[in-house]
Amino acid sequence: MEALFNAFKDPNTQWVLLGCMLLGLSSGVLGTFTYLRKESLMGDALAHAALPGVCIAFMLTGVKSIFLFLIGAAAAGLLATFGIGYITRNSRIKQDTALGIILSVFFGFGIVLLTQIQHSAGGNQSGLDKFLFGQAASMIMDDVIVMSVISVLVMGSCALLFKEFKLLSFDPGFARGMGFPVPFLEQLLMLLIVVIVVAGIQAVGVVLMVAMLITPAVSARYWTEKLGVMVILSGVFGALSGLLGTLISTTANNLPTGPLSVLSATALFIVSLLIAPRRGLLAKVWVRYSVKKQVKAESAQTRLERRLGES
Amino acid sequence: MSDFLIILTGALVASACGILGCFLILRRMALVGDAISHAVLPGIVIAFLISGSRDSFIMLLGASAVGLLTVYLIQMFENSGVQSDASIGVVFTALFSVGVVLVSLYTRQIDLDLDCVLYGEINYVPWNTITLGGVDIGPKAIWTVGIALFLIVLFIGLFYKQFKICSFDPAMAAACGIPVALFHYLLMSLVSVTTVASFESVGAILVVGMLIVPAATAYLLTDRLSAMIGISVGVGVLSAVLGYYAAYALDASIAGCMVSVAGVLFLAALLGSPKHGVLLRNARRRRYLREANAAEGRAV
Repeated sequence: MEALFNAFKDPNTQWVLLGCMLLGLSSGVLGTFTYLRKESLMGDALAHAALPGVCIAFMLTGVKSIFLFLIGAAAAGLLATFGIGYITRNSRIKQDTALGIILSVFFGFGIVLLTQIQHSAGGNQSGLDKFLFGQAASMIMDDVIVMSVISVLVMGSCALLFKEFKLLSFDPGFARGMGFPVPFLEQLLMLLIVVIVVAGIQAVGVVLMVAMLITPAVSARYWTEKLGVMVILSGVFGALSGLLGTLISTTANNLPTGPLSVLSATALFIVSLLIAPRRGLLAKVWVRYSVKKQVKAESAQTRLERRLGES
Repeated sequence: MSDFLIILTGALVASACGILGCFLILRRMALVGDAISHAVLPGIVIAFLISGSRDSFIMLLGASAVGLLTVYLIQMFENSGVQSDASIGVVFTALFSVGVVLVSLYTRQIDLDLDCVLYGEINYVPWNTITLGGVDIGPKAIWTVGIALFLIVLFIGLFYKQFKICSFDPAMAAACGIPVALFHYLLMSLVSVTTVASFESVGAILVVGMLIVPAATAYLLTDRLSAMIGISVGVGVLSAVLGYYAAYALDASIAGCMVSVAGVLFLAALLGSPKHGVLLRNARRRRYLREANAAEGRAV
């Protein structure tokens, strides 16, 4: 316990903790809408699609600057969302296939660019691909400031546009009928996801980012039928995962923070799956059991009455 | 000779993935391959820890086992009410994280280069040969992917009708007395084995790309499943061949070029397909509009 306390005196740990919690919070909130819109794997596609953007940013400028990389990644991410939207709107290809096409083709093209850079520029390109795999433990104050700004942006937009996003998640056709600017809202939601994914992959890596957008939202869905509650719960689950991940990684042998946060989120998901009221597995088993008992009792009752009637 | 071997491997991967991809796309499970290629990491690490060797057969076994587990878990969560895309995401991120934690727990001192072990490079195919009874019988990749392709052709060929009905109308399949769950798991096992067998020799990105992109291209060009499978394989093989020469000309990653070419072919189909293409559809729409306007003008 004391070791735990001491670990938190370390300013670096505090930054990592704060950064991971903010990231978990805002991606949990955003994840709710993507889950309901059946776009959970959008984060996965965007995270992979960022690679060519990073490569092109490097090829154009020749400098390794995080800021330029982020711009390149965001531009590629936006292009990817446009591509996915274009394919699903203009052909009979379904969304998951469109996601997969964009994911693999962008990433494949990114690898082509990466090998081009390696073959032409010599030694100074190293670390370009590592950009995508992030290191939560190396988070510094600047990263946390960026993360705070993004969190405020994400949560502010979700709070202001809650009603619009709600309608967008459940019935976009109705939203269009009501005269809401649906394409604009959809693209805004995508922009927020691009921003959070790009900020997240640099800090914690692709896979953590994907998990943070999906797992807390799925867990939250088990506990409630109301969107507002679900958004808050999902954010809390996300932040809690970041907290647990950092805690475990500082106390236990310096394990990587990102994967531990994912596993914390998964643990929360399994708990929700089991014990959530009404939708959880145990609740379902209990309902089945009590219905069975009731049916048995009723049939015994009718048998008894029939026999009494006969006699 | 090595040119030929690399192209042959690419074509074999493209054929195996092209056939399976058609069914995955129709069943809206396009991203299962991507999920498997991430999720098998703990299987590889555990196989390595137990056997202590980097013998790729044992790793292949571990990876395939976890690949099947992945598929099973995805299905289990889906059955308990989680949306299918979210179910895929939850499972593969969790398993991948377990893998990363295991790697940093146990293999810090041991030389387990993940880039090397997990993600193959199609360039090295001609040099990674197997010997049987002292005789060099050719590249390992060709054998493993070839066997996977053989299994796919065998099973899909035997149960084509069943797979077809299950893909388009699972409810009707169940009503006909086809064991839908069995065929689902059979298909998923084939996907799992193929994914693992191929990415170990040619890299994950080529497998994921070949599972999805050529099948999607074929889906835009035809309305018949048998034709779709044929076109998908054709597009995949064409991408492999053109991609190899593009990579040769550009001096770039072969797998990346093959996937990029597949992407270009997809774009061509998206725009130019005779029935489902964007260009012709827009032209048709303009013509109808013009005719309607003209008819209106006459009426007035």
